[in-house]
Amino acid sequence: MGYVAVQGGETAIRNADALAAYLRVNGTSQVLTRQQIEDQLKLLVDRVMGEGSLYSTYHAALAIKQAEGDPVEAGFIIRAYRSTLPRIAVSEYWHREDEQILRRISSAFKDIPGGQILGSTNDYRQRILDFGLDAETEDAVRRSAESYLQSFASVQKNDVPQSESVYPKVVELLQKEGLIRQYAAVEIDPAIDVTRESVSFPLHRSGRLQLMARSETGSILALAYSSMRGYGSIHPTIAELRVASVPLVISHPYRREETVYCGTVTITETEVLAKFDNDNEEGRASFTLGYGCCFGVNEVKAISMAVLDRCMKSKEKHAPAEDQEFVLSHIDGIESSGFCAHFKLPHYITFQAELDRVREAIKEESHVNA
Amino acid sequence: MSTHNDYNFAFIDENAKKEIRRSILKAICLPGHQVPFASRELPIARGWGTGGLQVTLAIIGPDDVLKVIDQGCDGSVNAVNLRDLIHRTTGVPTTFETAQASIIQTRHRIPELPLREDQIIVFQVPIPEPLHYVEPSIEKATAMHAEKDYARMWVSLYEDIVNYGSVTIGASYPVMVHENYIMAPSPIPKWDIAKLNMANCLHLFGAGREKRIYAVPPYTRVEPLQFEDKPFKKEDFSGHVCARCGAGDSFLDEIFDEASGGKYWVCSDTAYCDSRIQKEAAV
Repeated sequence: MGYVAVQGGETAIRNADALAAYLRVNGTSQVLTRQQIEDQLKLLVDRVMGEGSLYSTYHAALAIKQAEGDPVEAGFIIRAYRSTLPRIAVSEYWHREDEQILRRISSAFKDIPGGQILGSTNDYRQRILDFGLDAETEDAVRRSAESYLQSFASVQKNDVPQSESVYPKVVELLQKEGLIRQYAAVEIDPAIDVTRESVSFPLHRSGRLQLMARSETGSILALAYSSMRGYGSIHPTIAELRVASVPLVISHPYRREETVYCGTVTITETEVLAKFDNDNEEGRASFTLGYGCCFGVNEVKAISMAVLDRCMKSKEKHAPAEDQEFVLSHIDGIESSGFCAHFKLPHYITFQAELDRVREAIKEESHVNA
Repeated sequence: MSTHNDYNFAFIDENAKKEIRRSILKAICLPGHQVPFASRELPIARGWGTGGLQVTLAIIGPDDVLKVIDQGCDGSVNAVNLRDLIHRTTGVPTTFETAQASIIQTRHRIPELPLREDQIIVFQVPIPEPLHYVEPSIEKATAMHAEKDYARMWVSLYEDIVNYGSVTIGASYPVMVHENYIMAPSPIPKWDIAKLNMANCLHLFGAGREKRIYAVPPYTRVEPLQFEDKPFKKEDFSGHVCARCGAGDSFLDEIFDEASGGKYWVCSDTAYCDSRIQKEAAV
């Protein structure tokens, strides 16, 4: 009879870790650099910054390397690192005139003041697996970049349309006409910080938005999709989707009246218009608004967030996506993946207790039947 | 760009630790009441003991001696990992011996050796809400606690007895703390429930994913939910003793024996088991 090897844990862990470390860089190819990840896996970096809740391409790229490309695992590493940092300041609101638009579209109107700006998108690219990339050389990449830039050389300054200094928000146009329900400012101000204050339900809207901005892309998409498919559908229309570079400004830590510019943050921002409701105080029909905003370029996430923001404003909870406790408790990838993985831990004790219960129940049953 | 290889004592930043300690103090003042806190992410996955870990990291000091067990065992892989993290970020000495420890972090067990007034036991909690059996919404369950509206809980236990002849809850059996709040004792077996009642030590419970901290202070009445005519029964190991140390008074793990095809039983509390074997050898 053997004795269960319970004391071998330390060696087992060390060996398993050594094997994983060996396999991470197994193969004969060049070692992947952190800089390459930062430069060429930008969407992954953006996703990890969002889910990891820390805007730093350096840290996100490093975490991606460490996590072998698993975005949830990389986000997890970033979140843990984040716990070691004190919160030193809260950013100021950014002003529309300070943002640099990289992309801006509206599905509600064909033409919008300032115009639709496609910017960089793969929306209309045919997803044909490009075998050419397999043989992509540094030389070819540089040449093609150069010729792309060359194509602008012949463009005369006068040919370039005067760019707007401020792009008005599409929803502002509708707001002016009184077509959008006005929400009280108290719903977002003062903002709470769910990483510093405990979460309980019902949760303040700023907390809801923050939890969604930190959420796992796939999870928030799935819940938003459930609403889009008809479980409490709100029939969203994208009033505006923006990708922009916005300034990060904080108030000076000592000289309160001054502000300090810290750099820029790229964000994706979406406003969706949902079917009108007439349960507002004024009793007149209007559109309702959903808002989404996340780090980096992640349009699916920003749209999903805006849809769910609107869903959670529904007075009656007709569908899972309209129940804020249901939505907000299940969208965090770090929490859901961690809890899912924990089932790999030993459950001898709980299972023994269950065994005892089942055996007891069987005993009682045979007792009754006898 | 700095590389940040040096972390704060006990990993988490001091402001966060202070906040967690405030939640702990509130929890001690309201035995059995779940206090929400802003749970921090740790280098250990959610669901792997981050609640207990945050409590331990918030209360630990350089003079402490730490013991970490998982399922009663000091050598279990996750216990090894958590102990290593706490030791690496604090430098505090660790021990396997229950009597030597000032802080014991545990998953799913309370040591067999009774704990003292100068010891704190920290539980890792997966699901802090005892009413989840009858009410999945935390918002509604919170209101039920506030109103001491426990009727549905009692009815569900009653229905269990009607359907199966006994209550089917195994681990994490709901308890009444100080005749006030119903509390989830974390998934300890029913065997350990009695140890919570009028204990000498402080019990702290941390649920990281669910962001709740609660406590059972020393000398607090803790009773399992039971009916007069259907008293609470703990796991029955009658007829079995530990195959290693011969103990007949400890919670036993049931093991399949590959060689004989049969089964045997050993102590789940490995420190208790080892201490009995050592004592035997010393005689």
